[in-house]
Amino acid sequence: MSQQHGPVTAAVMTGTMPDMPDHDGPLQHHFDDMAQQNESSALGMWLFLLTELMFFGGVMTAYAVYRYLFNAAFAEGASHLDVRLGTTNTIILIFSSLTMALAVRAAQMDKRKLLVGLLIATMLFGGAFLVIKGIEYAHKWEAGHVPGAYFHYEGPLANHVHLFFSFYFTMTGIHALHMVLGIGWMAWLVLRSARGDFGVGYYAPIEMTGLYWHFVDIVWIFLFPLLYLFGAGAAAGH
Amino acid sequence: MSDRAATPKTASERPPTRRRRSRYEGDVPREHYLNVAYGLKSWLFTIDHKRIAILYLLSITAFFALGGLMAVFIRLELLTPAGDLMTSEIYNRVFTLHGVLMVFFFLIPSIPAVFGNFFLPMMVGAKDMAFPRLNLASWYIYSLGGVFTLAAIVAGGVDTGWTFYTPYSSTYSNSAVALTAIGVFINGFSSIFTGLNFIVTIHKMRAPGMTWMRLPLFVWANYAAALIMILGTPVVAMAIFLVAVERLFGVGIFDPALGGDPILYQHLFWFYSHPAVYIMILPSMGVMSEVIACFSRKRIFGYGFIAASSLAIATVGFLVWGHHMFVSGQSIYASMVFSVLTMLVAVPSAVKVFNWLATLWRGSISFETPMLYAFGFLGLFTVGGLTGLYLGTLATDVHLHDTYFIVAHFHYIMVGGAVMGYLAAVHFWWPKMTGRMYSEWWGRLSAGLLFIGFNLTFFPQFLMGYMGMPRRYHFYPEEWQVLNVLSTAGASILGLGYLIPIIYLTYSLRYGPIAGPNPWRATGLEWTTASPPPQHNFEQTPVVTEEPYDYSKPIVNDLPAPGAGAEPKPSPAAPRS
Ligand code: HEM
Ligand SMILES: [Cu+2]
Repeated sequence: MSQQHGPVTAAVMTGTMPDMPDHDGPLQHHFDDMAQQNESSALGMWLFLLTELMFFGGVMTAYAVYRYLFNAAFAEGASHLDVRLGTTNTIILIFSSLTMALAVRAAQMDKRKLLVGLLIATMLFGGAFLVIKGIEYAHKWEAGHVPGAYFHYEGPLANHVHLFFSFYFTMTGIHALHMVLGIGWMAWLVLRSARGDFGVGYYAPIEMTGLYWHFVDIVWIFLFPLLYLFGAGAAAGH
Repeated sequence: MSDRAATPKTASERPPTRRRRSRYEGDVPREHYLNVAYGLKSWLFTIDHKRIAILYLLSITAFFALGGLMAVFIRLELLTPAGDLMTSEIYNRVFTLHGVLMVFFFLIPSIPAVFGNFFLPMMVGAKDMAFPRLNLASWYIYSLGGVFTLAAIVAGGVDTGWTFYTPYSSTYSNSAVALTAIGVFINGFSSIFTGLNFIVTIHKMRAPGMTWMRLPLFVWANYAAALIMILGTPVVAMAIFLVAVERLFGVGIFDPALGGDPILYQHLFWFYSHPAVYIMILPSMGVMSEVIACFSRKRIFGYGFIAASSLAIATVGFLVWGHHMFVSGQSIYASMVFSVLTMLVAVPSAVKVFNWLATLWRGSISFETPMLYAFGFLGLFTVGGLTGLYLGTLATDVHLHDTYFIVAHFHYIMVGGAVMGYLAAVHFWWPKMTGRMYSEWWGRLSAGLLFIGFNLTFFPQFLMGYMGMPRRYHFYPEEWQVLNVLSTAGASILGLGYLIPIIYLTYSLRYGPIAGPNPWRATGLEWTTASPPPQHNFEQTPVVTEEPYDYSKPIVNDLPAPGAGAEPKPSPAAPRS
């Protein structure tokens, strides 16, 4: 067997599967053909997103319960969020989804430079989002709205406003973590794209990253109204 | 999604067929997955699903031993009514650790991660899992979770019970809750990755002719369990994450003093953890179907019903979590709905039991070790399931909740059912995994010991619980001492029953007789290849032409001659290099 499978066997042993285009092409040893491999990664990615959906679903359920129970306090808490920055971030993320979708297209059309450019653009948009998020967090810190020992809030609803901010930081924090992971992963894809790994015949990793990125964006599309817009009416009174 | 199984492919490259005999010395294949490479690195960096299964086998056995040690302490403490062996603080840590290790680090991974990993690709006729590296990653994640949990022990242990109920866990407990929670959280991802791999493998990697209705029932059962793994685990991950956040930052999500609601935690926890009990039992049920058909020499009765009942359990299992909260103050109307649904979820389990019985009926039954375990499962699971109905009934549960009756109920299912199924799998597939037979005499002896020891340990607990002895206390009134002594005595026999297999199985690795490809004359693709299997499982991609469990045909302990299948198709999946 080792004669027939020489390179693959060696690769199995070292754990470096033929992921890079050597003479084997990107096809991994246990698939029959590229179609099977691509369908498998697509199904795998969708299932992964399903688990992500349940993950965010858990915390959103908890949020929904408390928002129902403590409606007034949550509206008051939400009114302290910066709707302008939130809106800016929403727009930025929508644009990052656009560049990501175009990146997949560029990979399919074998346009290496365009692909690299679009991936970098997506990363920059993602980075801008995180910077703005950081600014918002800093504002909250200054205002004493970060939950925990340093939380400071006056008023009869303080306890439940604390709860609101707990959810705000938990939900946006987990979301931001997903963005950081996505951006890190994209940096690796930029290197591989520049090397010429992807093209008409093989673009599944770009496509899968695209799915992931769109999912993370969609989560934000839910978080934004849940957290920010809810308090917009109350903000007018402040 | 296109169905791979439906497209038998033709291919140009066909590996040069060599004479089968030339590959063997005696009956052992010259080269197999165990001897293609040696050394620690060849194991730690392997992406062969069979080697990953072995890695899991070793690690879960270690955790089982540690969890078992904790059980020894529990039973020793309960030997006498007075709390004389340890303090309440220590006792709380001991039973918590027992539960955490057994549930999250042994039982949930057990059959899927070991036998699912090893045999699921072989049963569908694939060379590997769809995502081999993800598979290896899952083992590393599991190990990392284990490290955190072990670190929690070093840091003083946890005393919340395996359920981590809030607000005790989130606000009041002075123990290493955060470390343990992080360990369990991380470990969850290994479960998710395993489940994801199973589903994709079953959908996309089936050999030509392996249609859905030809899948072995073990595959169906693991498919259903995998659905729960990917849908339920993230929710408990989130619940535990929130507990950790709350502990680290004191934000108040579950702290009533700050406006939080501790019951919400119970909802999130049981939304996963009830389905999780089916992650533990479904794969065992899959083993049952394989073993019972094989040792009755009969086609399984009601194939479609057994397959569908697995899916029904996975679905309805998501709708009954509230039966853990009947006395927690949830709305009585919610309790009524959960009670009815709980009765409903017992139905598909019963469907399986009746189908196995019908398979046994008029079969030519033989009593090899795996079959003895299967019989054990059948009786004990039934007792566990039926007592579940007492607990699902609102009025009786008020009396039985948080007593030893619960402890007995879930041990009958988790140990009597799931672990018996696990041991049936160990003994059924050991010859395939290692190429060697173990001592049948010792095998039967320990199966018998386990059955007796188990009942002696846990049946008295039904009685204590019925009389009102609460769980999780380390002292009790004297009137319950007789039952507790019986239980501890049974536990010693049980312990012996677990030790003996470790010895004779290890012994068989070197001195056991050569098993041959199919010592049990079983059906299923995994038996059509050498034992131990070659690195890529099959010499050529198998082509499936018949229904599963066809025990009417003669089966021999040998490999089919090359190309001698019903349809000599050229190998479509010749290796690429
Ligand atoms: C199939 C495998 C099953 C497993 C592994 C299992 C496991 C468990 C576990 C671990 C608990 C205790 C949780 C705790 O309080 O710490 C439990 C409780 C319970 N089980 Fe099961 N169970 C199974 C089947 C069933 C069935 C078939 C039913 C009913 C038809 C059932 C009904 C219940 C109820 C109602 C409780 C809650 C009792 C209470 O805490 O008051 N279980 N089960
Ligand atoms: Cu339950």
